[in-house]
Order: sequence, then structure tokens, then C-alpha cells
Amino acid sequence: MAVIMHGDTRFGLDKKAPLLGPVKLDSGAEFAPVECAYETYGTLNADRSNAILICHALTGDQYVASTHPVTGKAGWWTRMVGPGKPIDPARHCIISINVMGSCMGSSGPASIDPNTGAPFAMGFPVITIADMVRAQALLLDYLGIDILEAVVGGSMGGMQALSWAALYPERVRSAVIIASTARHSAQNIAFHEVGRQAIMADPSWNNGAYYGREAPSAGLAVARMAAHITYLSEEGLTEKFGRRLQNRDAKSFGFDADFQVESYLRHQGLSFVDRFDANSYLYITRAMDYFDLAEPHDGVLAKTFAGTKTRFCLISFDSDWLYPTAESRRIVHALNAAGAAASFVELSSPFGHDAFLLDAPEMNRIVDGFLRAGEGR
Amino acid sequence: MTALRPDLGIIAREVRANARILDVGCGDGLLMAALRDTKGVDARGMELNTRDVATAVARGLSVVQGDADIDLAYYPDGSFDYAILSQTLQTTKRPDLVLDHLVRIGRQAFVSFPNFGQWRIRFAHMFGGRMPVTEQLPDRWYDTPNIHHVTIDDFRSLLVERNIKIEGQWFLSGDKPRNERLANLLAQHAVFLLRRD
Repeated sequence: MAVIMHGDTRFGLDKKAPLLGPVKLDSGAEFAPVECAYETYGTLNADRSNAILICHALTGDQYVASTHPVTGKAGWWTRMVGPGKPIDPARHCIISINVMGSCMGSSGPASIDPNTGAPFAMGFPVITIADMVRAQALLLDYLGIDILEAVVGGSMGGMQALSWAALYPERVRSAVIIASTARHSAQNIAFHEVGRQAIMADPSWNNGAYYGREAPSAGLAVARMAAHITYLSEEGLTEKFGRRLQNRDAKSFGFDADFQVESYLRHQGLSFVDRFDANSYLYITRAMDYFDLAEPHDGVLAKTFAGTKTRFCLISFDSDWLYPTAESRRIVHALNAAGAAASFVELSSPFGHDAFLLDAPEMNRIVDGFLRAGEGR
Repeated sequence: MTALRPDLGIIAREVRANARILDVGCGDGLLMAALRDTKGVDARGMELNTRDVATAVARGLSVVQGDADIDLAYYPDGSFDYAILSQTLQTTKRPDLVLDHLVRIGRQAFVSFPNFGQWRIRFAHMFGGRMPVTEQLPDRWYDTPNIHHVTIDDFRSLLVERNIKIEGQWFLSGDKPRNERLANLLAQHAVFLLRRD
């Protein structure tokens, strides 16, 4: 019954809505008003049972399968989401929401604080992955969606999918967690701290109060460069760049980008600052560092999932050293201990953490089979 | 549906309807799918091979990639009606410990294995003077995944040692059932239903 959504302006591309209530934050504060930017593809069926929430990664956004308004590039997960793909608007009502703290339309440090009329900047509350998920739950309330057929995410999106299953088990029938983890390790935190320090060391950062002035682009670019290395594998870097020189025949004996890999990283850093806000980067990396799903359960991850009816599917990649297979396996062991219906596979790829965003036919086959089995229930 | 291997056919026949099972070394999930579709069984699986896991999950089964020697330790006691280990015991590093886990995790456990005491294998070894290569065990000594060959009598004495009770036993020559008499000499496959004493 596609009629339900016909003319329903809550659904469609490039939407934005104020949440119906305040978000109760882990820090203890209640935060309101909160706005969420989101997109939907496909049609909610009559019994509202075909909704799939896609959760994005650190620097991702709601433009999963539609053109990015700033970069003009195609959506970031068109390999997984789209006609004929495992997550298909012909079958599913697909929702993707820009996380709270981000800079693509949802409330974040660049948003205007109604009390001051100026951007929040560092006045924005420190949030957690669970807070992002609570905000998403409020948006789903607004959309009239009680139960998700599935919540799907890679990397930080996987953390949100896990948090969804932990916080709202009765609202999540299936969860797909790809290249993710149930906690940030010391190494994960360390890399993020390098990025944050790079931003805060940029004089333009000005304690976060740079809106309307020059942004700390140099710091943010360095943060992105450092992080980008963690998304690739040594094998992938070697294969792509080796020690090849960039547009020259010999070393310059200077500090230009002699090597192709340097040039590539500089390009990654520079193009990132055009589409991302430095303060958002601080807030979201903080949220990821605070992430430890077992923390409210005395460190016992299995307790997080006690009695869960949610089906889980986890996928890791063998060359991912950011969230290595061992982390997925920890989650699987906890799910097994909790008696949850869990599937897990480690796939082989030379592309490191980023593999989940690239062509991975086996990943698509698994996600497709897993989702269809849930629909048959 | 593809016909089940004879030892799996026995297990599929004997498993109670609507039971909870853990299939260790489930391959691409053929037995799990059969039990789910014909007996309403709540099936979970563990398998080492990536391609098999992917196929099983794509079939809609709950299968985790794991190693019986390592990952069984994470399942709670008595969390399944049956733990099933078919044609996998001889590939594990520590069959004795794996067996302990099976009867701990499952209230009952099915274990099936190729009988290394069968006369053809004995003959091949005795007269050929070489490691036997047979229809059931087609791998050569250097590339075989079967690192702990076992005979029916070996298996029985391990059960005694570990205080594990036999609640059912079936023997096969090819795909034909045969009785218990001289099973160690004549049977190609054995299937045991076990319980911790």
C-alpha cells in the first residue's frame, strides 16, 4: 500500500525535522531542541515492517545513495543500497540520518544555539554513540516507525547498529555490523587524539570559535590524513603507490610531495576540509572514543545482549587493522554466550578498513541472504 | 533439496522437532537447512571455511566463522538440545576437548566420523605399507585435514575415559545401515548420540 506515503512530506530526499522531545544524553544533560537531517528511499509498507536504517561512519552522512550536495559525488554506499542491491528501495523503506554532532544538517557544534543566537561551537554538549542512537529513535517516532526490519552500519555505523540492538532490542529485528567494534581500543583512541590535537593546534581553531572566520583547515586536513592511513592497509598502500614518485623523475631533496602517497594524502586532507567541520570532527571522534558497549554491564558484553531476539550479522575484513577481526569475534562470542542468533564471517580483502565501502560481492551476497531470511520470518 | 549424506540423514531423522541445535563444522549448512525446513529446528552453526559460512548465511542460517578447537569455549552449558559434530572430529587439534565441549554445550551430542578401523583401511595399510587413501578418506597424508584418525573402538574407550554415555549408535557401510556386530571392522562410518554422565 504505497498510498501511505503518497504526499507524506516526512519521507523523501534531503529532509530535516525537529525531534519531538529532548535527547537524554549520557552526560546527564537533556538536550533540546535537536534537529535531524535525513533521507528516505523506497516506500513504507502497510504494516510498516520494511524499514531499514542505515547508519553512517565518522565522516559519512545521510547521502547514502543520492548525490552529495557539496561534493557532487554519488552516495557513499551505492554498492549496497539501490535498485537490485541487497538494500533495495523496491523492497525496503530505507532511512539514513545524519548523526547528531555532525555538520550535514543535524544539530552539531556549527548549529545556532537558540540561547545566544551564535553557533554552539564548544558549547555543544559532548555526546556519545548511544546519544546519537537516542536521537535517531526520536526521529523514527516522528516517522511513525516502531520496528526496524534491520539496522545496518559499517565502522561507526556498526557501533550505532550495536547500540540500537542494545538500547532498543524490541525495535530491531536484525542488525548488520560491518568492520566495527564494541569498544574503542587504546590504539583507536590514540589515533583520534592525534587528529584532535592537529585541529586544536591550528591557530585558526580559536577554541572552536571560528565560525564566520577562517576555519582550522590545516589542522583538520592533518587529522584526516592521519585517520585516512588507518582506513587503508599496508598492502593496499604498497599496491597503489609503492615508492613511486609524483610527477617527477627524481627526488627533489626538499619537502614537496615527492612520493605519490604523500600527494594522495594531501589531496585527501584538502578535499575533506571542503565538506567537513573541524568541531564536528572533534565531537564525533570523542563519541567514538567513549564507546564501550559493555561498560554499563560491568564490562561483560554478553549481558548487553541477554535475552535479545534480534538477529545479528557481523562481517570483518582480514586486512582491517583499525577494527580487526578479533573485535568482531569478541562480539560474536558475547552473542553466542547470550544465545543470540548470530552470523559472522571474516572476508578477505587487500583494502583494509575501507573494504566495506568498496566492491565486495561476498559481503553483498551475505547481507542479501541475511536480510531476505529475516523477511521470510 | 540435495540429498543429505547418510550420516547426516541419520542425525536429521533422530533430532526431535523444534529442538535447538548447534552444528559444529556445519559446512554450507545443508543439515541445518534440512532440520529447519522439515522439523522447525532452531539451528545455529559454526564453520571454519569462509566460503561455506558465506553460503550458509546467504541461505538465511545463523552461522559464525569459528574454530571448534577455540570458539566452543564461549558457549554456555546446556544451551542447546543437541550439539552436532559430523565428520569433523578427526580434523580437530584436540578431539578429546572438543568432545567435552559438545556434551557440555548440548544436553545431547551427535558425533559422526569415518571409521579408521574398517577392514579396507587396515588392508591398505597392512599390505600397501602406505597411509590409506580411500573413497571416504581421499586425502593424502601430507594434505589431509584429518589429523586425528580414529576407530570406533578408540572412540568408545575415549567415551569411557571421559564419562560420556552412549544413548544411540548407528553404523554405515557406504550409505547402507549395518548392525553393531563387528562394526569396528566392517563399518565405514559411525554415528553416536552421547550425553555427559
